[in-house]
Amino acid sequence: MRLDVRKTYKLFIGGAFPRSESGRSYELLDAKGNFLANPALASRKDLRDAVVAARNASEKWATASAFNRSQILYRVAEVMEGRREQFAAEIMAQEGLTKAQSLKQVDEAIDLWVWYAGWCDKISTIYGSTNPVSGSFYNFTTPEPLGVVAVFISENKSLTDVVHGIAPVLAGGNVVIAIAAEDYPLSAITLAEVIATSDVPAGTVNILTGKSAELAPWVASHMDIDGVDGSGLDAANYEALKREGADNLKRIQRFKSVENPQRVLSFMEHKTVWHPIGI
Amino acid sequence: MKFEYAPAPESTAIVDIKPEYELFIDGKFVASKSGKKFETINPANEKVLSRVTQASAADVDRAVKAATEAYRKTWSKLSGAQRGKYLFRIARILQERAREFAVLESMDNGKPIRETRDTDIPLAAAHFFYHAGWADKLDYAGLGDNPKPHGVVGQIIPWNFPMLMLAWKVAPALATGNTVVLKPAETTPLTALLFAEVCQQADLPKGVVNILTGDGLTGAAIVNHPGINKIAFTGSTEVGKIIAKSVAGTKKALTLELGGKGANIIFEDAPIDETVEGIINGIYFNQGHVCCAGSRLLVQENIKDELLEKLKRRMSLIRVGDPLDKNTDLGAINSAAQLMKIREMAESGDAEGAERWSPQCNLPEKGFWFPPTFFTGVSQAHRIAREEIFGPVLSVITFRTPSEAIEKANNTPYGLSAGIWTDKGSRILWSAQQLKAGVIWANTFNKFDPASPFGGYKESGWGREGGRHGLAAYLKGDFS
Amino acid sequence: MLLTDGSESSIKSFLKTLSPVDQVGAEARAAMLATRSIKTSSKLWAIDTAISMIDLTTLEGADTPGKVKALCTKAVRPDPTDNSVPHVGAVCVYNDMVKIAREHLDNNGGKEIPVAAVSTAFPSGRASLDVKKQDTEDAIANGATEIDMVIDRGAFLSGNLGKVFTEIVCIKEICGDRAHLKVILETGELVTYDNVRRASFLAMAAGADFIKTSTGKVSPAATAPVVLVMLEAVRDYFQMTGQRIGVKPAGGIRTTKDAIKQLVLVNETAGPEWLDPNLFRIGASALLNDLLMQRMKMKNGQYSGRNYVTLD
Repeated sequence: MRLDVRKTYKLFIGGAFPRSESGRSYELLDAKGNFLANPALASRKDLRDAVVAARNASEKWATASAFNRSQILYRVAEVMEGRREQFAAEIMAQEGLTKAQSLKQVDEAIDLWVWYAGWCDKISTIYGSTNPVSGSFYNFTTPEPLGVVAVFISENKSLTDVVHGIAPVLAGGNVVIAIAAEDYPLSAITLAEVIATSDVPAGTVNILTGKSAELAPWVASHMDIDGVDGSGLDAANYEALKREGADNLKRIQRFKSVENPQRVLSFMEHKTVWHPIGI
Repeated sequence: MKFEYAPAPESTAIVDIKPEYELFIDGKFVASKSGKKFETINPANEKVLSRVTQASAADVDRAVKAATEAYRKTWSKLSGAQRGKYLFRIARILQERAREFAVLESMDNGKPIRETRDTDIPLAAAHFFYHAGWADKLDYAGLGDNPKPHGVVGQIIPWNFPMLMLAWKVAPALATGNTVVLKPAETTPLTALLFAEVCQQADLPKGVVNILTGDGLTGAAIVNHPGINKIAFTGSTEVGKIIAKSVAGTKKALTLELGGKGANIIFEDAPIDETVEGIINGIYFNQGHVCCAGSRLLVQENIKDELLEKLKRRMSLIRVGDPLDKNTDLGAINSAAQLMKIREMAESGDAEGAERWSPQCNLPEKGFWFPPTFFTGVSQAHRIAREEIFGPVLSVITFRTPSEAIEKANNTPYGLSAGIWTDKGSRILWSAQQLKAGVIWANTFNKFDPASPFGGYKESGWGREGGRHGLAAYLKGDFS
Repeated sequence: MLLTDGSESSIKSFLKTLSPVDQVGAEARAAMLATRSIKTSSKLWAIDTAISMIDLTTLEGADTPGKVKALCTKAVRPDPTDNSVPHVGAVCVYNDMVKIAREHLDNNGGKEIPVAAVSTAFPSGRASLDVKKQDTEDAIANGATEIDMVIDRGAFLSGNLGKVFTEIVCIKEICGDRAHLKVILETGELVTYDNVRRASFLAMAAGADFIKTSTGKVSPAATAPVVLVMLEAVRDYFQMTGQRIGVKPAGGIRTTKDAIKQLVLVNETAGPEWLDPNLFRIGASALLNDLLMQRMKMKNGQYSGRNYVTLD
């Protein structure tokens, strides 16, 4: 019998897969309580590095054409499709679901990418506007990406929730620092591997694993993070995040695990432009 | 003989200011249990206009209860179309009593009658008209089918556009089915109290709009009242952050419209005379008490001298004085405290080595006045280039290339407004795309319209007011 | 200071240096200035100033010696019942009426009132340069001391700026020190404010003493924003050259209110130096009576009626 080669689950920062700078990891057990992996336990410095990587990637992603972003998000779905078995195996291990249930979740996650891929070049059409102002002026409003958004991934479904967190933020032209659910890091990191090979520019998506409660205060106080999806935080941590995040008036939201264009819009700013009409 | 403009004062006979005002709660003017009053003065002559009530926490509680009752029993039971009709009524009454509002606003605030008459009050009425039409079309607001109001909304508004800010707050709140507890600014309560009369004339159901006068303590009591479902605040970024922290642990929704340090960018090919008008309108409109003011003039270095010559000439034509005079361009600073702040900031400009210029102008002896002023030799590091002055003080900064202009414009924690002046279409769109600000005026400045969303990026606030996008501030979708 | 050597390319490159005009902004500024109200004591002065700036005009195919003479009488003494009313700035007539006007003015106490002639194939300007020159020569020979010439709008719009320029230079040469030259841009045909600004500079650089909005035969004529743009042009030209050029709005200014708005525009745009008949004229006919009626109202406190001012 061949001894299988196990995978080391590391962080995903700036397109690379480093271990935590702290050297820390934590023991992850499967649904039955057996050892599963030693994923990296990200530190505040890993967060700091991720923010730098994200900020550097921000302009390129924000100014990529919506069509281009759409193609890339669809590409993620394509590449995921080829790894269905691997994703399903990790869901089974982490959540203790059946193979059929796990595959269903994988399909759901892939389809979610496809759904958000289509939003990239529709969001301004549907949610922008030309405004009939008085006087001889042309006036239009268009949504624009916020910049750097941190996402605390919910922990209902190990894979789908990662996509719920990341895909809409990307669709709006933002770059992401996702903090995986503590119990479900494997799906997040395997998704990172897919993202790394799907033409998503380095730094556009960064994924940290570890304890969200430990990272939340650092996310809240970081002055170069523009928005936070706090869906994966408990009530106390979310409240603290909102309080501390007020220092630079971060846009902080939390969502149900549903697909909704408002998840895209929540991390966009509406810009209104006026110009005279004359000869 | 010289050509002289008349002192053309608007008559104050049209307004009937009572010596004292109570609070407007549940459709009636009622006394505060605290019995505390404070004076509101005319900043142009420091004369006391009236004494208004300092609403206490107990008064806030009464008002919230009235608003809750009104929400439960009447307002939420009405169809959108019926709500809309009330708003149409209010809009009409505002138009009928426009001159009265304009004169009262000018007296209480210090702003020129030309502005209250031509801008503040007509726009306030327009805001009610615009939102009236939304009341029965909320399914089209972009938030999905049948979006829900929050319930009772606490609204705190500033002193720079008292009546207009009231309209920006009250009209969308009522159109979307919320009821309101509103606090006007301490120094400018009178038009809000007159608006209470308008609500009565319109037979608006009792408790739908409640108006509480008072200072920051009253504001804090509103923010912290557990019966309030949503807070909408317009004011300083400093207070905005405090409010954001206060509501963090609650279920209250929050929108904020805060400060700014808008860059007005002048490229070498700008239509120069209209640009000068735009600069004037950008920073001297409403004494510079404008959150979206173009307070940083970013001028391409190769036209700086020519532009400043023209600006100086034009500034010397600005007529400073009696706000009620129809020929007045620049009125009184709203309060002694604000005047002190402006002076202090201007002095910091002197101290940091910038060069101050103002035209010769005779300021009245009584009242609070500051001449139209600009500073040259300003660098990005100066306080007058970074902090909001909220007065008629412009900081002039030069740039060499379009990218440098954008970099400097965006180099601020604020992101409310920006101006672009150039004859080149592609440069306008490029600049508009690059600027991190919620409102971009290209070849114009300080234009407002109820159909046009207004609000800031970054530390200039959360959410939009006006347009379809503004409705989101007062409605709940089914996603969060 | 020479702004252009008169060659096509030099004119074009000079005009390219001019700042563009934003229509909406210019109109907003003009509208704002229209809200200024002036002091009662200034108002009487403004009315008299406006009267002294009027180029009292008749430019009809049906003009007759009788009509022109009556106009001249009115020019000398606008209000026969009140000698304190100043005379108008000039009388403006077609070429063939110049001599009649001059003689009638001279014989009726109006020696100091100049006669302005509309020359150069007014109003269309569609004639050869020789005819235009002869037209001008004729007018001056008959006693005109002010020439209101039209530019060739067709040439301007087709980009033949050298032709427009040369014609102005030629007419100016004929005028010499015998007559003041007012150059009519016919802004209603130039349409855009950019064109108005360019044509203003072109005319000034070619030697105009005055730039004038319109012939009165095309609408729109002297709208407030057009006058604003031309006043900005003379102000800027003065900055460049140190030379003050006059402005003459003509057409559409019919009421005292209109006239006072024009004076406000002058005061705030070009500056008080221009509030002088040597630098600002108003081409009008009906305006005079409205000014007179307002003047009576100010003196007597009652509104006047049309039968209390004289026709003509």
